[in-house]
Amino acid sequence: MNRMFCLLAGLAVLTTPVLAQDPVERGVRIGITYSPGVLPGLLVLSGPRSLVLDSARAILARDLDYSDEFEMITLPTGDSLSIGIGREATSEVVAPSSLNEAFINYPLFAALGADFAINVHEDVDQTVVATLLDVRGARIQRQIRLTQTNPTDHDFRLEIHSAADEFVRAVVGTPGVASTRILFINRGRIYRTDSDGADTYAISPSDVEAMSPAWTPDGREAAYMEFPGTLYRHDVRTGTRRVIVPTQEHQNFTPEYSPDGRSIAFSRATSDGTHVYTYNLVDDCCLQRLTVGRLYDNLSPTFSPDGRRIAFVSTRSGIAQIYVMGADGTGQELFAPFDYGVTGSSNAPEWSPDGAYVAFHREIDRSPQIFVMETATRTVRQLTNLNRNSDPSWAPDSRHLAFVSERTGSRQVWIIDIRTGKVRQLTRLGEARLPSWSPRIIEQVPNN
Amino acid sequence: MRFTVPLTAGVAVILVAYACGGGPPPPPPGPDLDSLNEAQRVRDSIEAARRAREDSLERARLDRERLEAARRDSLDAVRRASERVRQQLEVMVHYDYDRSNVRPQDAAILDAKLAILQVNPGLRIMISGHCDDRGSDEYNLALGNRRALSAKQYLVDRGIEDSRISTNSFGEERPLDSAANETAWATNRRSEFSITAGGAELRAPGGM
Repeated sequence: MNRMFCLLAGLAVLTTPVLAQDPVERGVRIGITYSPGVLPGLLVLSGPRSLVLDSARAILARDLDYSDEFEMITLPTGDSLSIGIGREATSEVVAPSSLNEAFINYPLFAALGADFAINVHEDVDQTVVATLLDVRGARIQRQIRLTQTNPTDHDFRLEIHSAADEFVRAVVGTPGVASTRILFINRGRIYRTDSDGADTYAISPSDVEAMSPAWTPDGREAAYMEFPGTLYRHDVRTGTRRVIVPTQEHQNFTPEYSPDGRSIAFSRATSDGTHVYTYNLVDDCCLQRLTVGRLYDNLSPTFSPDGRRIAFVSTRSGIAQIYVMGADGTGQELFAPFDYGVTGSSNAPEWSPDGAYVAFHREIDRSPQIFVMETATRTVRQLTNLNRNSDPSWAPDSRHLAFVSERTGSRQVWIIDIRTGKVRQLTRLGEARLPSWSPRIIEQVPNN
Repeated sequence: MRFTVPLTAGVAVILVAYACGGGPPPPPPGPDLDSLNEAQRVRDSIEAARRAREDSLERARLDRERLEAARRDSLDAVRRASERVRQQLEVMVHYDYDRSNVRPQDAAILDAKLAILQVNPGLRIMISGHCDDRGSDEYNLALGNRRALSAKQYLVDRGIEDSRISTNSFGEERPLDSAANETAWATNRRSEFSITAGGAELRAPGGM
């Protein structure tokens, strides 16, 4: 299988393999900006160029960067330096359909600081193959063959995102969250975007003013409120909508599915104030009111991942704070501690998928900031302090949060890694708010 | 002229005959002086009757116009009064930050609405609560509901039937002033009042 591949464009300076050095020098990185840290270094290799290969490399590199599990190794840009796979001392190399027989210059990658490397190439049958190389172990760790070949296709992007998640899993044990989508509101319409901010478009009708989208646990459907206050279920793939019948009365908002997807909790504004209700979607029955009292409001329910508890906002202390109760409304108590008369109002709770945290926003000097509370200890930690930040929504990894920030002057959705505090901007529209992060979108990725 | 007289007399006779309908037969036609005078008299009386009829029609028309003008004026007056009442009804009340209680300085605004609701028993209204954009988007739906409810409660406590007032909330979704300063925020923290039924002709309460 001797096909000519041009894998090492203009690599004269680096064609001699750099051999692994003395262990004491392993931390030395050459030709790159890199500060040694605990994260494994990751190098995305260059190679033959085509629209599909370049797209795949770009999406993979971004996804793996956004996983916050790697130190991305960036080489000086330009054609003079590119690192790829090929035979020693030649820029025109022979690449077999499998990389097994190819020359892979692990020592060079290691010298550049890489613990792992990603290679994307086109196989003889023109399918795209993405490979995760374990540089220290000098072996192929994971190889994924894509089925889609059209880089503008949504499924192509999803396949690459899923491959990125699988590579993260291969390295750290839990999959990444690239194969997810985020819903948000832009001027009354519901938009969706991929986790990397690409493929952004409206999914709700233009003549409808919507608020508060929420995903089903299977990622197929979203519920949202449509003004003046009716809740709808929206099939994200087909676009068909169904009304949630009992919400045709009164003003209903902040829908949230139970983790088994069988029921929905929401807020209803009545002449008794606002209260939390649940409704059984499977049997289309059994509207249940969980909170009582004419003098205070209860809203924004969020289920614990076992479905047995609901955290929610209540104004029973005088200002909005985070409370918790059984899913049947029993045992209501304060959840996130606060100092009476000192702590600002707290809103928009969302229970993390692993159950360990509840994220919410709390006002500091009348500006909301993102907080997380560890549910086991009920200790509260502030994550943001720049401008106004609100309405957090968890990624399926219980590590990243989408939230709304006004730090650029307009409301946009940003993402924060709660371990490192690292943030990135997700949306760049006129306005983006009330984000809802999907579960992982399940798609079978055929593997080699 | 000579030749026309008999003709005129003939016409007069015919007219008289016509006027008398089934009465006694007319005198035979003749060019004598009496009959000429008689013809002239008949002619004059017909003309007078015609004028009288026209005058009365004209009078009736003028009367009708006067009445219509008067009715228009009074309708306009009613409409203007109704419009004043409607405007009074639509005066907004405002709230402090994150508060829903009726402020003392806004009580007079609600008292005016109370009087209007009292003298217009068919009138039904909607109160919509609004917020500034500093609070939480979703919380503001609940706060807007509270604001509408507290304005409603003020009126219900003073005798207005609960079913005549409905409420809803727009949260922070309908700002009147989109600037980010205290003036704009204060403007946006409000309840709006709109007529849902019985608003065609509103009576003004005494003293308005």
